[in-house]
Amino acid sequence: MKCKVCSGPGVIDIRRHNANFCSEHFLRYCRQQVEKVIHEFRMASPGERLLVAVSGGKDSLALWDLLLELGYEADGLYVGLGIGDYSVESARQVKAFTDRFAAPRGGSLIEVDLRETYDIDVPTAAKVGKRVPCSACGLSKRHLFDKAAIDGGYDALVTGHNLDDEAAVLYGNVMRWQTAYLGRQRPHLPAENGFPRKIKPLVRLSEREMAAYCVLRGIDYQIDECPMAVGNKHLQYKAALNMAEEDTPGMKQAFYFGFLREAVDRFAPDAAAREGGQSNGEPGSDGSTNDAEGSLGLCQRCGSPTNNEVCSFCTLVERTSGHDPVPVELVRRPAKRRQR
Amino acid sequence: MRVLLRQPTRTIDVDGPMSVVKLLHRLDLSREAVLVIQDGTLVPGDAYLQDDAEIEIRPVISGGA
Repeated sequence: MKCKVCSGPGVIDIRRHNANFCSEHFLRYCRQQVEKVIHEFRMASPGERLLVAVSGGKDSLALWDLLLELGYEADGLYVGLGIGDYSVESARQVKAFTDRFAAPRGGSLIEVDLRETYDIDVPTAAKVGKRVPCSACGLSKRHLFDKAAIDGGYDALVTGHNLDDEAAVLYGNVMRWQTAYLGRQRPHLPAENGFPRKIKPLVRLSEREMAAYCVLRGIDYQIDECPMAVGNKHLQYKAALNMAEEDTPGMKQAFYFGFLREAVDRFAPDAAAREGGQSNGEPGSDGSTNDAEGSLGLCQRCGSPTNNEVCSFCTLVERTSGHDPVPVELVRRPAKRRQR
Repeated sequence: MRVLLRQPTRTIDVDGPMSVVKLLHRLDLSREAVLVIQDGTLVPGDAYLQDDAEIEIRPVISGGA
């Protein structure tokens, strides 16, 4: 297998581009894809301050590294979710990355811990509120990401959603015709209604490519899947799309970018706002909303934009704080039998 | 060869030498769903693994929280 650029020994094949790359030219390819999408969707300009939401997983750490490589001023934000040993290990990966890769290039890390700051964690919030864990997690992260970006005066909040993530979210939203979500599923949402600008510069790169990027850059990341996400619909949609991709390389990219080119404008934002919408409990389904709670007023507790007197996050905190912490094992999803 | 597998983390021994493609086929793994890693770099699908090789097979889907 030879690199398509230099004809040297290749280390990875990318079937949808019918291309093989050596390590050096694969890393260059990743940088080019991020540069291209930032330019294509006018996500950010040189000199702007970016806040990268980092989880300790491959996508967010690779994203932070890529933005720093490209010369952007980028800090990281880590939210401690309290998902047992899994969160402990994720935090360790984020701090190790910061010390080795980000700090030498001027990137600093902001840390927010749900238990320390709000006296809650995701397993307890899920149990007490009788919510799907991914719902409590997504709600908390969205609120804290937005707050940190606004409070810190950042020009944009950056998340590590990759091509597989976006294709899976699109698949789920189409399957249920979630038109409100479809109208908002763009890789760049401008700042509005008190929410920060949100951008997703990894949408041209696949899950496999981001894992490969981390290996070749020597970035250690959280390899395990979240114990509370096992079996969720998002992962099921990814598996379905991967089956199609096996037979037709490039199908996921055609699906997602075809949607952005041909269909997203047909789901008018004003129609989406009228329909409103709450999370369906799966990660990513509404991760890109900038108006899920409307633009009618400010939360009486925290001042965040909301169409209720008290925003969803503050409601979650009020219900959950004061309860004894619930172990992860008590709210883990039961493994489902594989269905034919 | 010694093979480190993930989710959950465990180690198995497989008789070699053997091509990467054949090893993944024997373990019923899709080439698109995993990376094969040796000495900190990626091993392409057409590579041949020696009997004394130590490799990791890592799923590309993973988390972070």
